[in-house]
Amino acid sequence: MKLRDAVSSLNLGVASASDSLDQEITGGYASDLLSCVMARAQAGNVWVTLQSHPNIVAVASLLNLAGIIVTEGTRLEEATIEKANEEHIPVLTTSLTTFTVVSRLAAMGIQGVE
Amino acid sequence: MKRTEITRVQELIYELKIGEVMTKRVITVTPDTSMAEFREVLRINRISGTPVVENGRMVGIISLEDLIKALSEGDIESPVSDRMTRDVCTVSTHESAIEVVKILSQRGVGRLPVVNEHDNLVGIITQGDITHGLLKAIEVDYHAEEISRYRASHIFEDIVSDRTSLLLRYEVCPGDFNRGGEASSKIKRALTRLGADPQITRRVAIATYEAEMNIIIHTDSGGEIVAEIQPDQVSVRAVDHGPGIADVEQAMQPGFSLAPEWIREMGFGAGVGLNNVQKCADEMNLESTLGAGTRLQFTIYLQPGGEGRKGGQNETS
Repeated sequence: MKLRDAVSSLNLGVASASDSLDQEITGGYASDLLSCVMARAQAGNVWVTLQSHPNIVAVASLLNLAGIIVTEGTRLEEATIEKANEEHIPVLTTSLTTFTVVSRLAAMGIQGVE
Repeated sequence: MKRTEITRVQELIYELKIGEVMTKRVITVTPDTSMAEFREVLRINRISGTPVVENGRMVGIISLEDLIKALSEGDIESPVSDRMTRDVCTVSTHESAIEVVKILSQRGVGRLPVVNEHDNLVGIITQGDITHGLLKAIEVDYHAEEISRYRASHIFEDIVSDRTSLLLRYEVCPGDFNRGGEASSKIKRALTRLGADPQITRRVAIATYEAEMNIIIHTDSGGEIVAEIQPDQVSVRAVDHGPGIADVEQAMQPGFSLAPEWIREMGFGAGVGLNNVQKCADEMNLESTLGAGTRLQFTIYLQPGGEGRKGGQNETS
């Protein structure tokens, strides 16, 4: 499944890198603790989090994540969007909670990577 | 270099499907449209021909050439149906660009209507569409291959010494969260260009990121990250000048964090940073003196399945 499919199915806002939505999603990971993401999330995963500061882009870029879904309508910092465009990391927004986003992604067949 | 690029274009022209490069918004006229009206359609849309459609079915094609003939014969008020080409050659969406190039040159026409498997008109294709599609595909390819094109993996073979290494130094500023991860990103990019294994590059990136963030989060005067890349290993040194760690053993405990609350709210300071370094590194050494500074050094072997004892970083802690 492509990131684009998740965007349309969950009606996500695309805050950055709208040209990079055609990547295949290899799985998902959810956490607000960056070191946990660093340790566990795999290349091509979609990461669901409440965090919105620019460092989430650094994490996603270092891990080659497919994209970041920022939940609960958290307002993105301008610097985050700027950096995400530079690094071609799609940052997607939603007012849904992390739990809801994860359950919907799971229903679409996106699995956690253990 | 030039030779391979030509080959790539040749490949692309076979790979590119009509459906990907055609113009989908098709402007059409009906058989009873007058040539004068047709001229306006061309002018407004800046095109040089359109399919002629009647009740959803394509019945012909009409071009600028037909218009010029009509003009020279002073027959501008005649309907399109009198002047259109009825025997229209179509192509299907799944055919390759090369087929269209062949047909266009054989028939001496400028455009071909594109039909789907049900013979419905779904688009129109011109030489320009193909050129545009090729250029776009080459650009996408170029981005994808940029890294491998600039691979510098031969550097260690080209430059001979008893022990060659590449030294990358990065200043890390305290509290600069916006630039957090810059040093690790650059080291990761360097390793990718040097042709290192992606999984090993990932481990270097994770460990370096944690070391970098520790300097950003915990120090008051910043520090330095130095990566020494050798053909068989990467050694990273993260050195700062304070405040230092009181109890190194305690700092290594998973979940133990010295980060203040506001930093934890940003998702840092989970207390697993040093554990991440340990899990990713083949060798790790942490020395710290309270009030003087901290020196974290780790080494990761670059040969997959070689000397390295770490198969991956997914083992549960």
